Amino acid sequence: MKAPAVDYVRSRSLAEAVDLLAKDRGEARVIAGGQSLVAMMNLRVASPGLLIDISRLPELSTVSDDADAVTVGACVTHAAIEDGRGTDPSRGLMPRVAASLAYRAIRNRGTIGGSLALSDPAAEWPAVLTALDAEVMVCGPGGRRPIRCTEFTTGIFETNLAADEIIESVRIPKLSASARWGYLKLCRKSGEFASALAVIVGDRGRGFARVVLGAANGAPLVLHEVSRVVCENGREAIRDAIAADLDRAADRHFDEFQRNLLSVAAMRAVQQVLQ
Amino acid sequence: MTAIRLRINGAAVSDDVPPRLSLADFLRERRNLTGTHLGCEHGICGACTILVDGEPARSCLMLAVACDEREIITIEGFSGNRVIEALRRNFHQRHALQCGYCTPAMLITARDLILRRCAGSEREIREGLAGNICRCTGYTNIVTAIAEAAKELGRETDNA
Repeated sequence: MKAPAVDYVRSRSLAEAVDLLAKDRGEARVIAGGQSLVAMMNLRVASPGLLIDISRLPELSTVSDDADAVTVGACVTHAAIEDGRGTDPSRGLMPRVAASLAYRAIRNRGTIGGSLALSDPAAEWPAVLTALDAEVMVCGPGGRRPIRCTEFTTGIFETNLAADEIIESVRIPKLSASARWGYLKLCRKSGEFASALAVIVGDRGRGFARVVLGAANGAPLVLHEVSRVVCENGREAIRDAIAADLDRAADRHFDEFQRNLLSVAAMRAVQQVLQ
Repeated sequence: MTAIRLRINGAAVSDDVPPRLSLADFLRERRNLTGTHLGCEHGICGACTILVDGEPARSCLMLAVACDEREIITIEGFSGNRVIEALRRNFHQRHALQCGYCTPAMLITARDLILRRCAGSEREIREGLAGNICRCTGYTNIVTAIAEAAKELGRETDNA
């Protein structure tokens, strides 16, 4: 189908985009790569009154590097991350994830900020950035504020981003040299959204371990019990911990098949770290 | 209506477009570039793949209005292109198409795989083609044609 009628403005700065969004509250949508938004417009499940195009703002397309973290602009594309343009804080995890995301023609335009803003429950970045303990910087009429990824996505397509705020960047702590990660995406065809997604980051250098599931009927599901035992115990203990963590997430209403897929994804991602 | 100026297949183009108009419909209906095909119109089938500023993109998922000042290349814009010529020849010789609907986008995607050195094995090629759906061939001949074109072009580079 074709997109419904809409107005369009290409903003010249982030401040201007924030102003436009504040003026046109409720009707306006920010567009970056548009790889989900335009598809949703074509399917007539989204019909914004105004599109505010931020895709070519240079201040949102940079990757900057300090001692402890790398800050990735909201409009940095998946392809840029896949190709390793700019410093990688994750010792290979983020390029690997980017390469598994949709198709190259989509990755050339889709952005990390757009993926977070939409927070599709099966999307890669909300889960992976939660595992990396990243922080989202958002910008609104009242100024800027950071939101930790663990608190950013709150449910299915739901976030703590206010209607008048725009994602500016994501700050990702650098993994230490001893850190290890595992990533597993289960889907029936390359490039599809995940049926189950598991990511694990274990960084003994920073005393940090976190196991996260995606495609888990809501916000990324942090497996606290598994995160705790993963570096200390053997396979059986981890299997029990996965079961315990999934029991605790009873409010997600997993069916038997989905629960099994998520357990398998978690176990295989964990094994990548243990091997 | 919004005024846009862009380059399509090397030529400067100006037009007034309604913001809802997709790049694919703009190319097909306003510029008569009907080699860009539309299948699903939500980014899955890949038939509308073209180059935006040198990189493959879905023209169904881009609004024409957002292409102001951009450089677009469609399948009609590749005459004399070394990689596309090798791909065309191999698609022809190896019967890598039946109805041909997916072919223009297959060629553009395959060219990108070859240029990014992601066409070195059958697995890589199949992975790289996951976003381009063909409902006729079963892909076998497409994969063979791309592998052969990549090999030929590799030999040329080695001899150069």
